[in-house]
Amino acid sequence: MTVNTTLGRAVGAAILLAVCAVFPLVVTNQQVATIGIDTLIFVTAAVAWNIFSGYSGYISLGHAVFFGSGAYAAGIAARDWHVTGGAEFLLLLLGGVVAGLIAVPFGLIALRVRRHTFVVITIAVFFIFQLMAFNFSFTGGTTGVSAPFLLWNPATYNDPFYYLALAIGVATIALSWLIRGSRFGLQLRAIRDDEDRARGLGVRTMRVKLAAFMICAFVTGLLGGLWFYFITQVLPQSGFDPAFDLSVALMAFLGGLGTVSGPVLGAMILVPAQQYLTEQFTNDYLSQIVLGVLFLGVILLLPRGVIPTASEKVASWRARRSGRLAAHAAVGGSQAAAPPGEPSAAAGPVAKEVPR
Amino acid sequence: MATKLLHAVVSGVLGGGVYALMAVGLTLIFGVLDIINIAQGIMVILGAYLSYALSVHLHIGLFLGLLITVPAMFVIGVVIQWAFIRPLSGRDRTSMSLLACYAVAIIIEGALYWAFGPNYVTLTASYVTNSVHILGFYLPYIYLYGFAMAVALVIALYGVLYRTKFGRAIRATMQDRTAALLVGINVNRVAALTFGIGVAVTAVGGMVYGATSSGFNPNSGYDLISRLLAIIILGGLGSIGGALAASVLMLTLESIVDIWSPTWAVAVFYAALVLVLTLRPAGLFGRQAARAQ
Repeated sequence: MTVNTTLGRAVGAAILLAVCAVFPLVVTNQQVATIGIDTLIFVTAAVAWNIFSGYSGYISLGHAVFFGSGAYAAGIAARDWHVTGGAEFLLLLLGGVVAGLIAVPFGLIALRVRRHTFVVITIAVFFIFQLMAFNFSFTGGTTGVSAPFLLWNPATYNDPFYYLALAIGVATIALSWLIRGSRFGLQLRAIRDDEDRARGLGVRTMRVKLAAFMICAFVTGLLGGLWFYFITQVLPQSGFDPAFDLSVALMAFLGGLGTVSGPVLGAMILVPAQQYLTEQFTNDYLSQIVLGVLFLGVILLLPRGVIPTASEKVASWRARRSGRLAAHAAVGGSQAAAPPGEPSAAAGPVAKEVPR
Repeated sequence: MATKLLHAVVSGVLGGGVYALMAVGLTLIFGVLDIINIAQGIMVILGAYLSYALSVHLHIGLFLGLLITVPAMFVIGVVIQWAFIRPLSGRDRTSMSLLACYAVAIIIEGALYWAFGPNYVTLTASYVTNSVHILGFYLPYIYLYGFAMAVALVIALYGVLYRTKFGRAIRATMQDRTAALLVGINVNRVAALTFGIGVAVTAVGGMVYGATSSGFNPNSGYDLISRLLAIIILGGLGSIGGALAASVLMLTLESIVDIWSPTWAVAVFYAALVLVLTLRPAGLFGRQAARAQ
């Protein structure tokens, strides 16, 4: 069965990738293509967020710090060094590196505290960065930074962005998958489950947490740069956007915190849904209320996310079926099938299989 | 210069009194329920808008209106706790409750935008526009009245917490939920009432905030909640005295920096937070236990 599910997952991932790859060739509507790029950016951001927050259990609500820093770094470098055309994309790496470096002092301060205090510090650091973007002169203040216009064919203008976002996304998902199965990922999850015991067992917790924090900062910074060149402008309130922090966290929660596929699924559901709601309701505020109600619905009905809940359902269904088959095979049927909803002893290890 | 400084200190202390009231509500909720109510900021704005609606449409005075808005906010708090916070459980309860509170916040924000629009409004009354001349500068009466009421309420809260049986039940639940349950305290009831009280004080805070600020709209909740969070972390999560001291301290510091640079005054808040936490991770008055997992 394990071989089966692994194969199933690989096939599913391949099909998803193929659909994503041909998407811009089939759908030529620019508006839909924009939603596609938005979705890919958020998929990657949610996966990156999950590498740190999902695996380590430190819920960060300040990831827009990295997103905005990446956008500003890429923008300011292009402006001051007069970089134009396709060479701009090399500056994305700079955005990622800047965000990764910011993560070092940020992490050294914030990762000393846990739970609520950590969450609040990430929010505080986020507000400091937004204020700095507003008040420093090199960030352009309230007018922000504009990207030099790219002279590409308008008909295929979106395509380079789309494929770059797809490439970064695939690489990040692969990284997330590799980390989850590695010693590093195990250490992160040990920290999530019991940090003091993990440290007692010899995990250098600060080093591990900081490394994960930097990895996701780097990816988020890259995305910030990409988003900036696509939108061509960054403002303090759009680069450092509190909604970004919360959306990314919600996507990971919706799909399943600490799983590889959960954040992907969460973002692929939420971004188009958000766009649809904004278009459907002419009243902006009503769509905000509907989004909030959806939020609450997810939290109350699917508290552990779609992927863990679904895989548990599948596992218990399989266990019940195999239990029934065993009962049929048993002479006289003395061995009753496990009652529905209550996993039998045999189903125990199956139900506990960690969703990925 | 000396007058300016004195003015900054006085208005900082008076403003700190009002923030103290809102921060005590937040820290009480944290202590009893072990959640951070990030909807507290928008609740304050909701309280301000309720006072606004009463005074504009029904011509009920701001202070008289509190007789209606405080019970209303209490009921809203109890209902939110019962419907959205109580059902949460499990390992991710902390983060789930943050998201649930955020969802409540954006629903309230959307509803306020819908009802009142995005324009800035202020609460007006004779004691908001008239000023008293003391110590060489003018101070609107509302600052004094608001401060007096906030202090009275904080003292009343202290009285309830330390002099009544219900207060002892709250403190017991804050110390150890399981032990409180074992000695026969109805922990669920305590949690619901505490959430109600914590939200009810925002009606008062919102009224004074609305009358003393230069204007508010539904978006003002973000600014408020980030300051309140900084205050309760600085004071040490769950520490009532710490919340009081930190609000007066921070508001005074902010209004002093405001003399030189109004744009950077807000950053002082967060910079002080980061600085204090690097030196004392449990906050100024926090127990070390606040750090434990």
